[in-house]
Amino acid sequence: MKNNFFTTLKDSLRIASKDLVDFSRDRMQLIFFIIMPVFMMIMTGFIYPSENSLKNIPMGIANQDQGQISQTLVQVFSDMKISNDEKVFTIKIYPDNEAIKKAIKDQKINGGIFIPADFSQNVLNNTTAEISIIPDQSNPQISSILTQMIQQVVNSMSTGVAETKIGEIIKLTGKVNPQMANLDPATIIQPIQSKIDNLIPGKTNYFQFIAPGIMALIVMMSVMTGLAVSVSREKESGTMDGLLIAPISRLSIILGKAFAQTARGMVQGMIVLLLAILIFGVHVYGNWLVMILLLFLGVFAFMGIGILVSAVATAQETAMSIMMTLQFPMMFLSGTFFPIQQMPHVMQYISKAIPLTYEATALRKVIVLGAGLSSVWTEVLILSIFGLVMIAIAVPTFRRVITR
Amino acid sequence: MENVIEVSNLTKKFKEFTAVDNISFKVKKGEIFGFLGPNGAGKSTTIRMLTTLIRPTSGQAFVAGHNITTQAGDVREHIGLVAEKIILYDRLTALENLKFFGKLYHIPKSTAQERAEKWLTTLEMDKWQDKMVGTFSTGMKQRVNIARALLTEPEVMFLDEPTLGLDPQTSRSIRDFIKDLHAHGVTVILTTHIMPEADELSDTIAIIDHGRIIAVDTPANLKKANQKPNASLEDVFLALTGRDMREETHGDVSSVSDHIFGAKSRVR
Repeated sequence: MKNNFFTTLKDSLRIASKDLVDFSRDRMQLIFFIIMPVFMMIMTGFIYPSENSLKNIPMGIANQDQGQISQTLVQVFSDMKISNDEKVFTIKIYPDNEAIKKAIKDQKINGGIFIPADFSQNVLNNTTAEISIIPDQSNPQISSILTQMIQQVVNSMSTGVAETKIGEIIKLTGKVNPQMANLDPATIIQPIQSKIDNLIPGKTNYFQFIAPGIMALIVMMSVMTGLAVSVSREKESGTMDGLLIAPISRLSIILGKAFAQTARGMVQGMIVLLLAILIFGVHVYGNWLVMILLLFLGVFAFMGIGILVSAVATAQETAMSIMMTLQFPMMFLSGTFFPIQQMPHVMQYISKAIPLTYEATALRKVIVLGAGLSSVWTEVLILSIFGLVMIAIAVPTFRRVITR
Repeated sequence: MENVIEVSNLTKKFKEFTAVDNISFKVKKGEIFGFLGPNGAGKSTTIRMLTTLIRPTSGQAFVAGHNITTQAGDVREHIGLVAEKIILYDRLTALENLKFFGKLYHIPKSTAQERAEKWLTTLEMDKWQDKMVGTFSTGMKQRVNIARALLTEPEVMFLDEPTLGLDPQTSRSIRDFIKDLHAHGVTVILTTHIMPEADELSDTIAIIDHGRIIAVDTPANLKKANQKPNASLEDVFLALTGRDMREETHGDVSSVSDHIFGAKSRVR
């Protein structure tokens, strides 16, 4: 054949642009092209409760105490806000703890606290004052967060009371022993303090964790499925014959398909990122160029599998079911949704054999931790090698299988 | 006269099934070569081999002077194909489809445009040229499909059941068009199940059954050789191939027993 490299490249670009025009006119596909990443983000983002997503939790309070301290405590709970000015709790008042338990059973509230009548008096009398937390055990996720928050509030209040009391003790002993007079009550209550030294400022939310993973996932899916479906669709409809009968190299057909899917995958990855930034408040701490390079590498890594499946599958249906089988385990074992460290050991090993893991990890490092190329080079290397090996297997297979 | 196609001992096997069994024939330049046979006889497999879409298991063939296995690229430059399935993209317009295929054949843009418009006008599709192919009827699609195959002005045209499923009007116009091609010196390989069509158009007819060619001659000679006086081509065909009906699934789709006993699925 007299095809040199440039004609092959040119032919493949022609096929790619035909594919993209074809794709852009398929309204249904176009809609799902945008909706799929949105769905993924929203679902994964909202099905897991995070502190930010919890607001206006109905909580019951039964305060039988008349004292000032319990009034303050109730006030603190009803005033608690999350960042964007929304209240954490919607407080409902009940007469006693039996009423609270009944309300939980009726699912009117997600938990409650009961302050007994002697609460303020006990605090003033220097005896232990107690309040009870009544969690909704039918909902362990919410109740554990709720319990934590209530405990935090109670603890800080308790610390405040302790500081006042110790302050008085210091004042008294200071008269006898002047050395004691300058002591800070806080250092006596909490002589050891821990401090968090963040790599990036502020708190990370679940979206920040999940966005890079979803980007990796979407890129993988659109490249693998997109490629296989696009090739098998042409086989099914007969148009593949039109390409095969043209005086162009087989390589340019598969390259053209690959280029079109690369463009699609990159755009879809970017859609996820934009959604993450605009709607879910994700911040990219790393270098954008490194991130785009990683996305591109992700496309490259999965290209081979896509080509291989498209060579083997004659019908779209076959291609889809092969893809589902391949992608499903990858989705859950790659650390996209759940941290790999939480998995059992065996699963962790499997996870390490999945290329998506490296793509997701590298993207997460760059986006969340602001890592540079030097911190992700192992992932880059693994993905490159995986991609090269797969393509080296896939392209000759495609060429052989397409014209048996 | 010069031969445009020379086939010798061509065989194609799909696993154990022999779709084309050691066939040999020649097609003269400029003739219309009718290629007839019952369903599953091996017509399409032969055409797919001659158009370089599949590789023969053994034997060889030359199309337009080039070997179909070793010089597939050169063969492709000289042939046009209208297959059972229409080779057009539904979401491109008629003209866009033609231009796209023109590019794949490295035809200069202006030439491609010119030819596309010429063929679309000839086939009376010019007023639909900017409409998506997906909105066309089968007949309209087939006309654009033929325009696509002609875009490269091929020496050899393979027409695999070009009038399948078309109304009498479109079939008529396509038959006239085939005659027109013939008048311009294009060699046409035509497969069809419509016997009068083959009779009307073909200079030579080959009848293939069970992967073997059982007769090659002019329609007139074939009819003369039949015992029945005033035999039609259909009589000839039925006499040669028998009256048993065939499974359409030969070779292409796994049989019912494969489905039941779970034979390894075949890569088509």
